[in-house]
Amino acid sequence: MKTRTYLLQKIGQVVLTMFFILLFNFLLFRVMPGNPAVLLARAAGARLTKADQLQLIRDLGLDKPLIGQFFTYIGDTLRGNLGKSTIVYPGQSVMSIFSEFLRPTLILVGISTILSTIFGVLMGIHAGWRRGSRFDLSSMGFSLVLYAMPEWWLGILLLIFFAVTLGLFPTGGLVSVTQTYTGFGHFVDLLNHLFLPCLTLTLAYLGEYYLLMRSSLLDVLGEEYITLARAKGLREKLVLWRHAVRNALLPTVTLVALNFGYVLAGAITVETVYSYPGLGKLTFDALSAKDFPLLQGMFLFFSLAVIIANLIADLLYAYLDPRVREA
Amino acid sequence: MARIPVLPTGTEPGPEFRGPVGEDRVPHTPRAITWKRRRRAVTQFWSIYRTNGMGMVGLYVLVIFGAIALLAPVISSSRGLDPTLANGPILAGPSLKYPLGTDDLGRSVLTMTIWGSRISLMVGLMATVLTMIIGASIGMIAGYRGRWVDAVLMRITDWFLVIPWLALAIVLASILGQSLFIIVVVIAVTSWPSTARVVRAQVLSVKQRPYVERARALGASDWHLVTRHVLPNVFPVIFANTILVVAIAILSETTLSFLGLGDPLHVSWGTILEFAYDAGATSLGAWWWLVAPGVCIVLVVLAFTMCGYAFDEILNPRIRER
Amino acid sequence: MSLLSVRDLFVNYHTQGGPVPAVRGVDVEIGKGEVLGLAGESGCGKSTIAGALLRLLPTGTEVTGSILLNGEDVLGMKPGRLRAVRWTETSIVFQGAMHALNPVQRVGEQIEEAILIHQQAGEREARVRVGSLLEHVGLPERRIRDYPHELSGGQKQRVMIAMALACNPSLIIADEPTTALDVMVQAQVLKLLKELQREFGLAMLFITHDLSVLIEVCDRLAIMYAGRIVEEGPAQSVFYESAHPYTRALAAAFPAIGEGRFRRAPSGLPGDPPYPQDLPDGCTFHPRCPVAFEACPHIDPRLFDVTPAWRAACLLVDSAKSELEGARTRGSGR
Repeated sequence: MKTRTYLLQKIGQVVLTMFFILLFNFLLFRVMPGNPAVLLARAAGARLTKADQLQLIRDLGLDKPLIGQFFTYIGDTLRGNLGKSTIVYPGQSVMSIFSEFLRPTLILVGISTILSTIFGVLMGIHAGWRRGSRFDLSSMGFSLVLYAMPEWWLGILLLIFFAVTLGLFPTGGLVSVTQTYTGFGHFVDLLNHLFLPCLTLTLAYLGEYYLLMRSSLLDVLGEEYITLARAKGLREKLVLWRHAVRNALLPTVTLVALNFGYVLAGAITVETVYSYPGLGKLTFDALSAKDFPLLQGMFLFFSLAVIIANLIADLLYAYLDPRVREA
Repeated sequence: MARIPVLPTGTEPGPEFRGPVGEDRVPHTPRAITWKRRRRAVTQFWSIYRTNGMGMVGLYVLVIFGAIALLAPVISSSRGLDPTLANGPILAGPSLKYPLGTDDLGRSVLTMTIWGSRISLMVGLMATVLTMIIGASIGMIAGYRGRWVDAVLMRITDWFLVIPWLALAIVLASILGQSLFIIVVVIAVTSWPSTARVVRAQVLSVKQRPYVERARALGASDWHLVTRHVLPNVFPVIFANTILVVAIAILSETTLSFLGLGDPLHVSWGTILEFAYDAGATSLGAWWWLVAPGVCIVLVVLAFTMCGYAFDEILNPRIRER
Repeated sequence: MSLLSVRDLFVNYHTQGGPVPAVRGVDVEIGKGEVLGLAGESGCGKSTIAGALLRLLPTGTEVTGSILLNGEDVLGMKPGRLRAVRWTETSIVFQGAMHALNPVQRVGEQIEEAILIHQQAGEREARVRVGSLLEHVGLPERRIRDYPHELSGGQKQRVMIAMALACNPSLIIADEPTTALDVMVQAQVLKLLKELQREFGLAMLFITHDLSVLIEVCDRLAIMYAGRIVEEGPAQSVFYESAHPYTRALAAAFPAIGEGRFRRAPSGLPGDPPYPQDLPDGCTFHPRCPVAFEACPHIDPRLFDVTPAWRAACLLVDSAKSELEGARTRGSGR
């Protein structure tokens, strides 16, 4: 069956890509200028004697041949052992730190991606269908401006305006520090803290989906099968949704996947601005402290996330566009 | 529907082409003819570009910012950047003396913004140059050579595309250190893949055109084909892409600086925002410190984007109907 | 009563440079079961007429005149009535080989859609109908589940034809149905159209730029030039005995194999069709006409009768003589 070979091909590519990411990650920190042990130790703030250094090297297995180290590294990673944090949460395993901070980021990125895609696509459809209207021109301008802004700067602006000046929303964090809520109150508190970061990320990427959907729809509306649909007696709404949008949506699916790397970059900076305790803020802390095991783990994790997003998008695209399924 | 005037090529020159007695200004050599044609193409392009509103607005904005960057030493003193010499009021809002207010050390935000434009623009341009060199070369080689060279290069390109740029940038910068040069390299390393793809696609399309096949049948060498046929036809696409890459490079520099990966010795719009945020400007309500550099970034990026779109429209007439 | 009756049709497109007249006063009449061929070069307005008949032209296009379909005025129809009439009374066969089929939808579904939209059957019955339609046009029933990209050009064209028949229209507009096809496939599709026309007693408006194709299928022929019909009459007469010099030139450009007079190489016509905004004075064809004379640049000829059923817009037609005399006396009497 065509689809099965396609699926296997894609998964094979994913495995290959992950392999090279692991290789890259491994080599990066091994080919750093300087003695790895000294760097690790310096980062941990300790002064080591020559003997201690040698001991550390032996402990970490850094004296074994490179290939051996690499396979140990792969083995460890597959088992979920990503090392221990050195500075930010010293001694704690990277994996366990990640699982603590994963959920807030998942919520933030998940909700904002869904919202920006939906609104961007709907706006783009409306603008393309009513080309040249006031809505079209004003939303074009709006989207271009949003595209030109660093997403974290937008976050800062929203923060100043809504949280500091108007006092409508908290200035950061995940939950209120002054009061603890339970049950429904807790839920509302979470939403309160989630609102501005989520709004920031949604607005940041809305523009791109809008622009692409709009131009894609305009392309499709010029095709003959749209005239045919009208000639068959279909209502305009059906012509738009069943024939035009169905075809125009395809490039947008690809874009969502391609964009995912940027969305994650946005998560890092926006979480930092709002002190939102997720993987993004964690990355910033690790960066400031030069906590290498944590940074390595972050790199691995984010790359894997983008790869998976791409895989999902590829599969979705194959489902939507039958032409792609021919190998 | 206007009839497109057919430009005469190689027609007999009339008397207006003759210079002072005896001199003949008509180009003779193939090289001279080619350059005359290229000059004409450029002037034609410019006259079309002039009619594009979006492109012209973008161009004006860029010229203004370029002038500000170049004339910085003339319009404001660099001593305004020195924290030890600052003597203005701390965190003061905009006033006549300090049109954009002051920062937490009493420095004029306007001065810092003016000087910051130099670094931001310079890093953006240098990173773009490096990106284009790497990306265009790889794209051309992959597209022209084809087969396994193409396959290998594209696998590498795709691999780089998959990795989220900021994650890679953070990892590289934390290992390599912080300086303007490293920032430029880091941005280039994360930006070249999409340029490579665009260039490769164009090379593939040009490679198949009849005149290339004809030249090859006439015995042209690879070097001749690439420099005389492929390159000139890929060049407009590269140029349009370059404009958009500058916009992205500037945005990348500001983000990296904001996260603390920038060069601490130089003031750029990104580092101004980093200082501002770290000093708590948000909660202190010092909006002027945060708004001014940001607005500059938005204007410059918008300007580059609009120019890039205008370029795209002219090169690709189909887009004009939108 | 005729099925389709078009009078004084004028179509102006709105462009950035102003209104462009694509159709300048056209009368068309098609009776039940009759096949009318409409021929002309690119840009003469024939495809515009096809679009105008079902009001499928882009919004903003100015369409004036009267289009009566089964006695009903198409231009005055309310949107709901128009949608009901589309496909059920008149359907269109586009150049199927190109992008006339939705690439992400199975062809069976696309045909089914027409039937379901007009509530002519329930889902199961519709599927059966689609299967029999496909077989009628020479495609195996299992092709229902295929996507357009899985079919060849000829197969796609057959799908377009099957789709056009789906709601049992009385009139089919075939807009260049064979143009994008290879010659052998062209012949097959033409044969199919002829058979279907005979079997279902369909009226057809067959639009093309290839005259020799029309001889096969049409009862009557109309030749268009620069937005007007310049000759109209029985197919044999128009093709073999053309009264208008343009028709003669067009016929010579597409020779029919086996005809004696076409033994010479096909000949073209010098020059290009005029830009619609820049039409010549007098007879619009006169700059390219091999037999133009001194009256041609001054008088714009209407359709003169050659026989009661055959008309041509040329001053060389016998019945035009009185008009010429009148113009001469008027001119000299000034």
